Amino acid sequence: MGEPDASGRFGDFGGRYVPETLMPALIELEEEFRAAWDDPEFRAELDHLLTEYAGRPSPLTECHRLSAELGCRVLLKREDLNHTGSHKINNVLGQALLARRMGKTSIVAETGAGQHGVAAATAAALMGMDCVIYMGEVDMARQELNVFRMRLLGAEVTAAQSGSRTLKDAVNDAMRHWVSTVEDSYYLLGSVMGPHPYPWMVREFQRVLGSEAREQSLQALDQQLPDVVVACVGGGSNAAGIFSGFADNPEVSLVGVEPAGGAAVGNGVPGIVHGMNSFLMQDDVGQVLEAESISAGLDYPGVGPEHSFLSQSGRAIYESVTDAQVIEAFVLLSRTEGIIPALESAHGLAWMVANADMLRGKSVLLNLSGRGDKDVAQMMDLLADRL
Amino acid sequence: MNSPAQQPTDPAPGPFESALRTRIDRGEKALVPYMTGGLGDWVNTLGAIASAGADAIEVGIPFSDPVMDGPVIQEASQRALEAGTTPASVLDQLSAADVGVPLAVMTYANLVYRFGWDRFAHALVASGVSGAIVADIPLEESEPWCAAADARGVETIMLGAPTGSDARLRRVVARSRGFVYAVGLLGVTGERESLAGTSSEIAGRLKAMTDKPVLVGVGIGTPDQAAEVCEVADGVVIGSAVVRRALETNSPEAVGELVGEFRRAIS
Repeated sequence: MGEPDASGRFGDFGGRYVPETLMPALIELEEEFRAAWDDPEFRAELDHLLTEYAGRPSPLTECHRLSAELGCRVLLKREDLNHTGSHKINNVLGQALLARRMGKTSIVAETGAGQHGVAAATAAALMGMDCVIYMGEVDMARQELNVFRMRLLGAEVTAAQSGSRTLKDAVNDAMRHWVSTVEDSYYLLGSVMGPHPYPWMVREFQRVLGSEAREQSLQALDQQLPDVVVACVGGGSNAAGIFSGFADNPEVSLVGVEPAGGAAVGNGVPGIVHGMNSFLMQDDVGQVLEAESISAGLDYPGVGPEHSFLSQSGRAIYESVTDAQVIEAFVLLSRTEGIIPALESAHGLAWMVANADMLRGKSVLLNLSGRGDKDVAQMMDLLADRL
Repeated sequence: MNSPAQQPTDPAPGPFESALRTRIDRGEKALVPYMTGGLGDWVNTLGAIASAGADAIEVGIPFSDPVMDGPVIQEASQRALEAGTTPASVLDQLSAADVGVPLAVMTYANLVYRFGWDRFAHALVASGVSGAIVADIPLEESEPWCAAADARGVETIMLGAPTGSDARLRRVVARSRGFVYAVGLLGVTGERESLAGTSSEIAGRLKAMTDKPVLVGVGIGTPDQAAEVCEVADGVVIGSAVVRRALETNSPEAVGELVGEFRRAIS
C-alpha cells in the first residue's frame, strides 16, 4: 500500500473536495506531514510515545479454545490492550505531535463510538492543547461512558444534532468548526477518510500495527504468514493498518467486514462526501443515506478511499455481517477466550463464524481493534434475557 | 500543468456577469440574494426577490450534508429535502418559471457528480440557468466540472477565501466566471452580529487582481453590513438573512421587502 498520486487519489478514489477556505490548510498539512515523516527526530518522538505511553507493541494472542470451536487457527492482534483501549491511539499520537509541530494550539475531532474522541482528548491532555469533540447526539446517548471520559480528560464534547445525529453528522460539524477556526486549530481526523492527505497519513500512522502483526505472525506460524487477515471497516483505519503489513503478499487474503446497515463498499456506489470520492451509501440523486448499525464506530455511510481502491482492484474483499451475528460473536469471544471485544471488532469475528467452513484448517489473523468495556452498558440491555 | 485556472483568455461575459456589470457600470452595487430551491413558495419568492431589485439570484439545490452551510441554510435544506426536492425538480420548476433576472445554482459536488458533469451542465442551460457554484469543488478538483460547464457556456463562480495566498487567489480569479465570490470570513454561511474585518480585506485583495465583479458573501446579515462592505466590494451575496425570512414567513412579499432594504442600503 503506497502513496496516493499527486491529486491524493488511490486509483479513482480520494481527492480533496472541500470548501476553498480549507484548501490552503490541506496543502500545508501535506507538506508538514511529509517533512515530519522524513524527520528522524519526529519518528523517534512518536516511537517513544507509542512505547512508553501507549504500551506498544501490542501482543499477538493465539486463541486455542476459539480455534478449536471454529476449526481454524485464530490469532488476535491485541489493539484492545493499548492505552485508551483501541488502535485509535496510534493515529492520534502521530497527528497530535504533528499539530504541535505546526504550532496549533487546539484540536477538533469527530467521534462515533467515542474511541477516537477519547484518544484525541487523551493526546490533547498529554500535550496541553484545547480539544473540541463533535459526537452525534444518538451516539452520546449510547456511549455515555466515553462522553464522560472525554470530559474528564478536559475536552469539550458538542452534540451533532443534524441528520441522523451519528458519525456522519459529527464529521459535518467538525468540518464546519474547522472552516471557522482553521488558522489556529488542527482537525484530527480519526480514520482513513476525508480529503487528502488524511486517508494516506492516517494509514501511515496505523501502519505500526500491521508491521508488528506481520513480524509476530511469522514468529507464531513458523515463518509463515497467515492465510487470511480480517478487520472490521467503518471508515477503515484499523483495517488499513493491518492490511498494510500483508498487502504485498498476494497469497494472504484480506477481508474487510462492514456492518450490514452501513456497507459502503458492499452496497454503495462512488460518491463525494466529506472531502473524498469513495463508495458511498446514497439515493438515486446523490443524497447520502443514513447508516444503521449496533456499533456506533461503524455507523457510517462512507468508507476510506483506499478501501474502495482495494475492493475495485480485487486485492481485498469486503463482506458484511448483521447486528445479530455481531452480538453472538461478542458473547463467543468473551466466553471462549476471556476477551470482551469492542462491538466494532466483533464484526470481524462474526464474519469468521459465518465462514468457518471455508476457513477450516487455515490460519486467520483478526485485528481486535478495541476492547468492549465501552459497549457493556449497551449490551446489558440487549443480553438482559440471557444472562 | 494544464490546469484550466491558467488559461490565459477569458470568454466574453455570460448573462450572469453581464447583469452584474450593467449595475456596476452605473456606479451602483450588485445584489445577489440566495434562496433555497424547494423551500415553501420558493418560485414565487424568486420573482419577489427579482422585483425588489436583485441583479441575479443564487438558487440552492439542497444536499443532505452541506458542510459549507450554517444552521439557517441547513434547516432550509432539510425542509426542502423532506418536501421531496431533487436536483431535477428544482431545474424543472426553474425552466417553467420566468424570474426576470439571471440565475445560478449553488450546490455540492455529489449531486452534480451523480447527475453527470456534462448532463448537469446541459440541464442547467436547458432550464435557463446561467451559472453554478459548487461549494466543495476547489480549484484542484475543478477540471471535470469546469470543462463541462465551459463547453455548455455555464458560468462557474469560484470562491476566494481569506486563507488563500495572493498566488492562489490569482488562480481563483482567472478560473472564475460570472463574478468572483469573496468569502467574507472564516466560517460557514450565516449572519453575524458585526461585519468581519476579513470581509473588506478579501474584497480589496481580489479587487486589486481583477476587473471581474467581486461580490462578498458569507456573514453579510444586515443592510448596514452590506453597505459597509460595498465601500470596497462591487456588491454582496445575501443568503441566510433571506432564507431566514423565508423560513419564518413563507411569504414572497416579506422576503421581497427584506431584499428591498438591502437594495436601498447599497443602491
